[in-house]
Amino acid sequence: MANNFDVIIVGGGPAGYVSAIRAAQLGLATAVVERDKMGGVCVNIGCIPAKALLHSAWLANVIRHDAKELGLNTGELTTDYGVAMRRSRKVSEQNSKGVEFLMKKHKITVIRGTAKLLSGKRVQVGNDVYTAAKGVVLATGTRVKGLPQIGLELDKTSVISSDEALFLEKAPPSLAIVGAGAVGCEFADVFNAFGTKVTLIEVLPRILPLEDAEASDALTKSFKKRGIVVMAGAKVLKATVAEGGVTLEVEVGGKTEKVEVEKVLMAAGRAMNTEDLGLAEAGVKLDNRGFIQVNPATLETTAHGVYAIGDVAGPPMLAHKGSREGTHVAELLAGHPPRPIDYTNVPSVTYCHPEVASVGLTEEQAKAKGIQFQVGRFPFSANGRARTSNETEGFVKIIRETKFGEIVGAHIVGSHASEMIHELVVARTNEYTVEEVDLAIHAHPTLSEATAEAALDSMGRVLHI
Amino acid sequence: MATQVVMEALSPTMEEGRLVEWKKQEGEQVAAGDVLAEVETDKAVMELVARVSGVLLRQTVKAGQTVPVSTPVAVIGAPGEAVAAGNGAGAEGAKRAAGAAPAESAAGTPDRSQAPAAPPGPPPAARTSATPAPKAATAPPSPALSPSPAPTSAPGARVKASPLARRIAAEKGLDLHGVQGSGPEGRVVLRDLERAAPVPPPSAPAPRAAPLPGALQTATEPSRPAPAPSPIVPAGAAYADVPLTQLRKTIARRLVQSIGPIPTFYLTSEADMERVAEAREAMLDADRPTSGLGSEVKVSFNDILIKAVATALRQHPACNAWWQDDHIRYWADVHIGMAVAVEEGLITPVIRHADRKTLREIAAEARDLAARARARRLAAEDYTGATFSISNLGMLDIEEFTAVINPPEAAILAVGRIGPKPVEHDGQVALRRRMRLTMSCDHRVIDGATGARFLQTLTGMLENPLAMVW
Repeated sequence: MANNFDVIIVGGGPAGYVSAIRAAQLGLATAVVERDKMGGVCVNIGCIPAKALLHSAWLANVIRHDAKELGLNTGELTTDYGVAMRRSRKVSEQNSKGVEFLMKKHKITVIRGTAKLLSGKRVQVGNDVYTAAKGVVLATGTRVKGLPQIGLELDKTSVISSDEALFLEKAPPSLAIVGAGAVGCEFADVFNAFGTKVTLIEVLPRILPLEDAEASDALTKSFKKRGIVVMAGAKVLKATVAEGGVTLEVEVGGKTEKVEVEKVLMAAGRAMNTEDLGLAEAGVKLDNRGFIQVNPATLETTAHGVYAIGDVAGPPMLAHKGSREGTHVAELLAGHPPRPIDYTNVPSVTYCHPEVASVGLTEEQAKAKGIQFQVGRFPFSANGRARTSNETEGFVKIIRETKFGEIVGAHIVGSHASEMIHELVVARTNEYTVEEVDLAIHAHPTLSEATAEAALDSMGRVLHI
Repeated sequence: MATQVVMEALSPTMEEGRLVEWKKQEGEQVAAGDVLAEVETDKAVMELVARVSGVLLRQTVKAGQTVPVSTPVAVIGAPGEAVAAGNGAGAEGAKRAAGAAPAESAAGTPDRSQAPAAPPGPPPAARTSATPAPKAATAPPSPALSPSPAPTSAPGARVKASPLARRIAAEKGLDLHGVQGSGPEGRVVLRDLERAAPVPPPSAPAPRAAPLPGALQTATEPSRPAPAPSPIVPAGAAYADVPLTQLRKTIARRLVQSIGPIPTFYLTSEADMERVAEAREAMLDADRPTSGLGSEVKVSFNDILIKAVATALRQHPACNAWWQDDHIRYWADVHIGMAVAVEEGLITPVIRHADRKTLREIAAEARDLAARARARRLAAEDYTGATFSISNLGMLDIEEFTAVINPPEAAILAVGRIGPKPVEHDGQVALRRRMRLTMSCDHRVIDGATGARFLQTLTGMLENPLAMVW
């Protein structure tokens, strides 16, 4: 086998494998180095299996809370996390195989093993050295991490991460989740639906701290209604891991509370996969947060011909952001200068119930920037379609710049927020204003009408409230 | 089958035509020989005639748009016949048209050797959308291939722009034509707006008679259309970029061939300076410390001249302009450059808004700028941005001379000495103080009559200085 390629991509996750497909499409001889399964964290131990479990959780909640009212007699609902888990594994495997198929289809060479970067656009895997004529792309991603400094070292039994949570045979009777970002909130939702007593702990003043405050509030309310204990502005001071359980000392509201649980799930931050890659020797520098330093326009690292994409190249650590960086670099390397990546327009989605999705600035950020704006809101409780499906939680919120109607930010909380947000992503990407959103005729009855109404509301013309 | 109508070569030298007006609208029945549209060529406005009968299914070029010869401009076919999606002028359509046009054209086969600038292809707007912006940016079309930059929209053409960019442009009075968009397919997006110029006056592209304002303006021939557009810079805008008419383009091309990169001509006039001299003495009198109106600054003849030129330019905006290769920029504000001799050569500091300043303000500023020029203490903004310049060698006893235009400005005024000359005055020969003015004009911007009228207003003002404050 020839060891010379145009492009060698290290890492087969959503950044790396998408980059490989685009490079191959553009006629470049492409190789991907992967030490585990194709598809990376997203496909195997991240987005995909988590969403499979969330689907079970959603259905459980529907049956529990709505079935009777909908005329469905199901009797007492019993759940089996192990069965749900095995289904999620199947979904992951299908997706991973799908990625492998795509590699074959595009004649991309998959090199199995752990890569080490050498100078001169070369990569060593095992005893073989591969050379890239055009560039080496680092897409090594991130992994879970614990907080050993407060006694929360990942031990994979009492103190676990998503890596273990996704493989549990049984839902634990009680679980504390440390970190209420997307991952923490999604697992809170899943385990709550499977009967676990969940305590969600966030050090910042509200859960989903990067989202709009109204979205956080709506989700908090919904979680509390379902019996999830939400502790925001809460700091874990100390953790004591003993046989059969963990005791957390949590400082919240000036008091110290004890939280006793069977397991703790760490969902606070991720560690960069930048060790043992030979980065320093090859001249690839890290920034002060541990991300690989890149030129934001070209994603080239401090070493000539070496690029970084995805989580290792910096936040936001989202699969879709990594994929876009992947196609970007592939096009650059193939001599097709791509359009710049608009990092202000990367949607962010949390798939718990209700879902939380957003794009652009939060109201707080808009204020801080001194933007003159009007907020338009429309609650799903006033939307016909939402009522038909008993999904009246949440709202669409649009922050509209006063003078020109620019959509400064959009926030959706609701059962299909993850799908609905794209109307506003398309709008923002194309610089549509709220008026173009309103001009587009929205089918009736749909949840998307709430988006049009929120646009109208931002102009003071809401129809259905 | 639908037939493409193409821009025909309506004169032997025609390389492109501006569609002035559609005479048949979409959906209208047309018979062979009917006039479809009026087209402005390099020579005249001519008629584009239908070669087949049918229904005008689509106009693929908008009124006001300029397209190369052989570009499809419309489709004629059977009622209800489907037309290719888009503007119907895709690459395939263009090829078909190129094949069909010569045979169908009664006006003669378009001479391709004459028209390398007009390869069969979509009209500029369509070409823009087919050219990925990054490529266009790295390989700009050669100016020889296209009289206007290909990646931008022709005037009157639809502009691809985001709604937000459109709205902000409308609010700020920016013209999106001619802006190269950096969005998908050359779409103008927010970040491109800083390169947009203000909207030209609606009627600007069409030649029309220049109004002759001003009390001092003696009657010329008001019914004769002036060859140059008389621009009106919209209120609030800094300037108006006016696209070149076919005539203007032809004039420019021919003149450059004839005389050099700036085809200059000279106009000389002589002003009676008696009343300026009287006025100046009165001002100096008033400025004596004992007068109670005192000022430290003495007003010079040159200061009065700056004020007069600036005021006259207000009435003749056609002379307050820059040549910009593919358009003419008519400035709303008047910034007068005044050539100052310095040790190692000369420099032209600028008195901004000279038309709006009092003589004393101009005097003080001119003094300060000249002193700083000699001390080589001028900042870049002190000597850039002039819309018209004056060079005065009167103090060195030069009777008259011609000054060299400082591009992109369209004119410069050379000022000679003020001296007594025997001239006719009140029916007798009298010795009067006179001053010679010679204006160098860039003929691509200013035509003879245009410059002459300005000079007439200027001398009128100098001979009746009160006109400056009227």
